[in-house]
Amino acid sequence: MTNAETILIIDDEVQIRRLLEITLSANGYKISEASTGKDGLIHAATTHPVLIILDLGLPDADGIEILKKLREWYLKPIIILSVRNSEEDIIHALDNGANDYLTKPFRTGELLARIRVAIRQSQGTSDDPILTFGSLTIDLASHTVRKKNEILKLTSTEFSLLALLAKNEGRVLTHQFILKEIWGMGYLEQTQYLRVFMAQLRKKVEDDPAKPTLLNTESGIGYRFGG
Amino acid sequence: MDFSDNRPNPDELLASIIHEEEKSKRGKLKIFFGMCAGVGKTYTMLQAARVEKLKGCDIIIGYIETHKRKETEALVEGLEVIERSRYDYKSTAVMEMDLDAIIIRNPQIVLVDELAHTNAPGSRHLKRFQDVQELLENGINVYTTVNVQHLESRSETVAQITGVTVRETIPDEIFENADEVELVDLSPDELLQRLSEGKVYAPERSREAIMNFFRKGNITALREMALRIVAERVDKQLHDYMQQKQIRGPWKSGLHLLVAIDYKIESMRLLRWAKNLAYSMGANIQAVYVETAHHLSIKEDEQLNKNINLAKQLGIKFRIVTNNDIVSAIVDFAQKENASHIIVGKPRVRNLLSMLRLGNFVNRLIRYSGNIDVYILGSDNQAKGRYRERFYVPSFTSSLREYMTVVGLIFLTSVICYLVRDFIGYQIVSFGLLFLVSILAIFLGSGPIFIAAALSALIWDYFFIPPQFTLHVGKPEDLLMLIMFFIIALLNGILTSRVRRQEQKIRVREERTHALYQLTKELNTASGMEEVSQIAMKYVRKYFSIDSAIILKTDLNQLDSQVQQGGVINLSENDYSVANWVFKNSIPAGKYTNTLPSNVYTFYPMSGNKGNMGVIAVDQPGVFTQGEEQFWEACLSQISGKYEREFLRNAAKNTYIVSESEKLYKTLFNSISHELRIPVATILGASDTLLSQNYPEDTRRKLYNEISIASIRLNRLIENLLNMSRLESGHITPRPDWCDVHDLTNTVADTLQMELKPFKFSAIIPADMPLVLIDFGLIEQVLHNLILNATQIAPAGSMIRLKLFYDNGLLNIHLMDRGPGFNPSELNFVFDKFYRGKDAKAGGTGLGLSIVKGFVAAQEGVIIAENRVNGGAKFIIKIPVKIQNLNQHLKNEDL
Repeated sequence: MTNAETILIIDDEVQIRRLLEITLSANGYKISEASTGKDGLIHAATTHPVLIILDLGLPDADGIEILKKLREWYLKPIIILSVRNSEEDIIHALDNGANDYLTKPFRTGELLARIRVAIRQSQGTSDDPILTFGSLTIDLASHTVRKKNEILKLTSTEFSLLALLAKNEGRVLTHQFILKEIWGMGYLEQTQYLRVFMAQLRKKVEDDPAKPTLLNTESGIGYRFGG
Repeated sequence: MDFSDNRPNPDELLASIIHEEEKSKRGKLKIFFGMCAGVGKTYTMLQAARVEKLKGCDIIIGYIETHKRKETEALVEGLEVIERSRYDYKSTAVMEMDLDAIIIRNPQIVLVDELAHTNAPGSRHLKRFQDVQELLENGINVYTTVNVQHLESRSETVAQITGVTVRETIPDEIFENADEVELVDLSPDELLQRLSEGKVYAPERSREAIMNFFRKGNITALREMALRIVAERVDKQLHDYMQQKQIRGPWKSGLHLLVAIDYKIESMRLLRWAKNLAYSMGANIQAVYVETAHHLSIKEDEQLNKNINLAKQLGIKFRIVTNNDIVSAIVDFAQKENASHIIVGKPRVRNLLSMLRLGNFVNRLIRYSGNIDVYILGSDNQAKGRYRERFYVPSFTSSLREYMTVVGLIFLTSVICYLVRDFIGYQIVSFGLLFLVSILAIFLGSGPIFIAAALSALIWDYFFIPPQFTLHVGKPEDLLMLIMFFIIALLNGILTSRVRRQEQKIRVREERTHALYQLTKELNTASGMEEVSQIAMKYVRKYFSIDSAIILKTDLNQLDSQVQQGGVINLSENDYSVANWVFKNSIPAGKYTNTLPSNVYTFYPMSGNKGNMGVIAVDQPGVFTQGEEQFWEACLSQISGKYEREFLRNAAKNTYIVSESEKLYKTLFNSISHELRIPVATILGASDTLLSQNYPEDTRRKLYNEISIASIRLNRLIENLLNMSRLESGHITPRPDWCDVHDLTNTVADTLQMELKPFKFSAIIPADMPLVLIDFGLIEQVLHNLILNATQIAPAGSMIRLKLFYDNGLLNIHLMDRGPGFNPSELNFVFDKFYRGKDAKAGGTGLGLSIVKGFVAAQEGVIIAENRVNGGAKFIIKIPVKIQNLNQHLKNEDL
């Protein structure tokens, strides 16, 4: 594991850092730890982590401020791991450049999955216009979607929505972000459009719309493709 | 006297204890008391100050007048002096004591010379003794100087002795309540010697006046007076001490003086004299004024107000009673108040009539007063000539219209009588006119009646009495009749109008009593500060025709920074500081008072039994008359009382809330400690086992699983507790967003995957279900808790059904299970905090359902629990929502 990828953990709780260290090293990552925001910023610059796990309640600074400072130059994924679980906090962090958000207590399995997705995304910006998810294939170039080799009839908005989510596989996209991307700045409050199209899209894309596996809801925050 | 009378009265004892307590919080006042200027009061005071300073006391000079005497100036050196503040008055600068600077400096003791000094206009208080009182209120001890002539009750005697009128006086109360009085004494010879050596400063008067004042006879008399006052004080202190320590002795108390005053200048002397008497007798004293039908002239009214103010200044309680019979009024009042002595003034005898009246008055008073002693104080030469007692002068204050009416009606009646004079005869005419005058007296003032009487007499004489058209009266009996006619007409008119005036006064009183009753009634039905304030301001406006604003105290016992809503007056920052001062000192201030009279408004404290409730500011157009002031005070005390009750009620409510929350806290503690311990015990036990021995893979797996389950349980408890505290603290503000209810059920079913596995779970949503505007997170939590609840109660393998539909503005959520259902008796409690079903399995805090109820209520919805017909529980939730129809949007979509 000489050239293992380094993950930086910025968290003031020793027990959490220890748990993460055990779990992540067992999964082949190298660990760099910082217990304060200031240390975190230094470590981020010196140890070149592929991903940062950031706590919001730091002793010396608000995690959001650290997030903003990191985002001035650090382009790789940042996952927030915090006890703050209000929707506002989560949306605020995501809007300020966090790639993902997990609330404590968390399942280590889920954290590992999120880390993998985030790293893969940050590295694999493949030029392949065809995305495949199980039996679903999305051709971004020809604007066609196939399921079990059958072409699905999607409206142009439905396609844009699906494509946006699929390109950000595993990542939470906030309602506002999606509305801005698909409908434009003037529609930030029109969440009802999003609900309608999402319901419609699920009926077409999902095997069982009542138990979606691709178009997942993040309560009160947004949607996540797969993951 | 009965033996029990000799024992200290409990009320008095209590009063003395309260007095002591109040005194301990207040600063102490030490007075250096002398017979006149030049005895060395300031000098002695400074010496005492230096001694204190040596003892390490923080003592400073607030105001000292050295009169450039070298010895005195030498003593000032080394003591800290607060710089005087400057007031510009009529283009001359006046230096006065800087009261605020002293309060801020907050020394242990401050020296303030010449207590009776009158401050320059523009100062906060009119008089320096008020400054000193404020210093004492602030807990600062004060050393000050006073001469005997400055005592209100002695000033007149001093004037009599020396021929110099003293304008600067202090209320006796201040002297009486002083903590310490040190007499600075000097023999007359020594004083005269000092005077001749030029060591005595005297105000700039002519040399002659000074020499006149400082005569040996004068000085001796003043000295005697000063010595006596101090001796009496010592006597009183002994009495107080004996009373407080419950030492039995020849109690002087039980004596109660009642001094009856009127609207004459002599009453002032009467009051001073009575006060001195009361002081040396150790008796209570009270004053009374009897209001009769007598109409007071403006001058008399002014004098009456002066008398009343003097009574207050002397610390004499004062009351007004209304009765036409002065004697019976005084005696009744004296009996009611248990007075032991009645003191009245002797009216000057000028003529036979007044002698008769006096004799009558005194005789009756003595006759009716029974066992009450009566003192009659002789009249005073000084007042002679200043006052002219009058028998009766009709007031000509009626309007011109009344006079015109009188003249017109007399002429009209005369004309009619003239036309029929041959039938009725001229004598009958007089009855007609007399009748008219009597009738008029009921409606008109005494001036017009006087005119009517005179005019009708003239007319009758000139036009009717033969010989007609002359004023000459032929027959002597006619002349007699004419005179009688005139007298009867006049008396009739005057008596009637007197009765009327009396009635008017009584009516005013009645109206006020009624008004007070109305106010009390309305206040009693009011609840909440806001409403009380509205009513108070309304009545102030209604009865006094003045605008007002009310500022209440806060819980911290400070004056609020805002006026109560509805106040018409806008208060400036300066006004607020005045209000604060009034609140702190419990004394009215502002316009028409002695404190800050330059202010636009007048501020009254609203005093309750336990401190002030707040301050009311009024835009008074003039000084209240005596009657008005009594009425105002009565209204104010009603309002303050109501505020006090409101404050007490709030306090009681808060106490109730605290005790309720304590109860809740206990329940929570019991329930939570159990719920916390079980999973923690599981985790500890399982991890211990895992660490200590190498168990087979299968056993380890099971233990891991137990740890996982326990953690989930712990986490759930924490979630519930956090949600509960969010609800409790009122921090739940729903953030409604458009929601596809399918999303909702899917999410909940997903999170509860594990728990729902053993059940047949189905979510039923109609195909045309619209989007609803709700808080997704809250409803998710609601469904989560309800379904989790069902999975914990219902037997494995049974049905759990969730039904959502929209009906008539309401989102309906039904959750049904096939568990045991509710015990009918507990249906009312299932949503109560910490309530756990009687047959509930172990575990659970009883928080889940109360959170559900709270979250539903936060979105203005309701939740009902009921039993299903064929067994099982059913929850019905109805939440008012806005909707959007799905299909409409799809149709708009570009395909």
